[in-house]
Amino acid sequence: MDYSNTQTICPFCGCGCALNLEVVDGEIVGVLPANDHPVGRGSLCIKGWNAHSFVQHEDRLKTPLIREDGDLREASWEEALELVADKLGSIKSEHGPDAVGVLASAKCTNEENYLLQKFSRAVIGTNNVDHCARL
Amino acid sequence: MIQEIRDLVSEKLKKLDGVVALRKTDQGTAPTLFQEGDDVSQLVLEPRYPVAKTVSKLQKRFKDAKFGVVARGCDTRALVEMVKRHQIDPDRLYIVGMACSEEQAETCYCAEPAPDLDPWPEADLVGDPVPGAPPNPMVAEYENLSREERWDFWNQQFTKCIKCYGCRDICPVCFCDACSLEDPLWVEPGLLVPDFPMYHLIKAMHMTTRCVACRQCETACPAGIPLTVLYDLIRKDVGNLIGYIPGADADSGPPLSLTLADAPIDSELAK
Ligand code: SF4
Ligand code: SF4
Repeated sequence: MDYSNTQTICPFCGCGCALNLEVVDGEIVGVLPANDHPVGRGSLCIKGWNAHSFVQHEDRLKTPLIREDGDLREASWEEALELVADKLGSIKSEHGPDAVGVLASAKCTNEENYLLQKFSRAVIGTNNVDHCARL
Repeated sequence: MIQEIRDLVSEKLKKLDGVVALRKTDQGTAPTLFQEGDDVSQLVLEPRYPVAKTVSKLQKRFKDAKFGVVARGCDTRALVEMVKRHQIDPDRLYIVGMACSEEQAETCYCAEPAPDLDPWPEADLVGDPVPGAPPNPMVAEYENLSREERWDFWNQQFTKCIKCYGCRDICPVCFCDACSLEDPLWVEPGLLVPDFPMYHLIKAMHMTTRCVACRQCETACPAGIPLTVLYDLIRKDVGNLIGYIPGADADSGPPLSLTLADAPIDSELAK
């Protein structure tokens, strides 16, 4: 028998409101706002209030999936990342680096987004870097 | 006061399955179920959370367990309303009532800052009760407005609503699985700003005879809408009309679930 709250940052937009995940016996059952957190100060939007619902959802992907002959099959991270690197490499050599675009996320840290633009510009060689808020 | 409450909780944990109270860690403060052996020095009293809701959830999940809860005046009022609606079993609940400070009472415009422990089979009070604070001045200001001005006032306020459902989700006495606010018959899905005044009047009507003036909906509202001005006015009317004060005593049943045949309706006011 166990009930506690784990404070975390809302996974949705870039505001960074804190929220509490209500956990009963290891199961996430709800959200409470973080009343003493300086960003949201006890408020959340509808997405934050429902942030618990996807974490343990049965439809959630738990491994990468690779499409083969029209069907998806489970794959390891290593295999999936290698496939992506291969494909990016072949697109770049066939069509040039500007055939690739990179979409960054509001939910990443500054450092992660910095790395991502570095990767696009220095590794792939394109300025096609944009942000998820404009999708 | 805090040490007295921590000591009392440690003592009671020897017999109870757990006590719902706020725990402060380096992650922040939120409700938790303290159990025997837990570090009660992490137990704190602020900021407020709707603990009645937590107790109800836990009692429903752990049907044989007996819990305790550290509760303020607004929490015990909410607990009373939840008992009346069969969402909480009073015989499986021990209450550590804490008397709020004068300052806290003023912040909340609270008329009853001390928990009423009479309805509870097992309860202790910690702290010195202070008298009720003056009501929210916005209520009197509102009462001076004309009908048209009142309409404009709420129209302006409710236009700010981002339909987060936070006022419902945080409310310690809102518990239905199926909520009218999510029923397309009453509230058009995907419409933002929500329909004026339906969305808010449905919430207000469902709070009639239930709202215990904890004001947590207002704290949770990202749009800063003074929701409790409306709920205070309704509570006042219900009090004047049929003498019902939500959370005040455990014996009078929720009026909307009873026949009003014998209710002492003031016919002058009802006009
Ligand atoms: S003040 Fe708001 S949150 Fe508290 S009981 Fe009333 S409606 Fe619910
Ligand atoms: S908390 Fe405020 S913004 Fe959210 S639904 Fe209620 S009134 Fe609207």
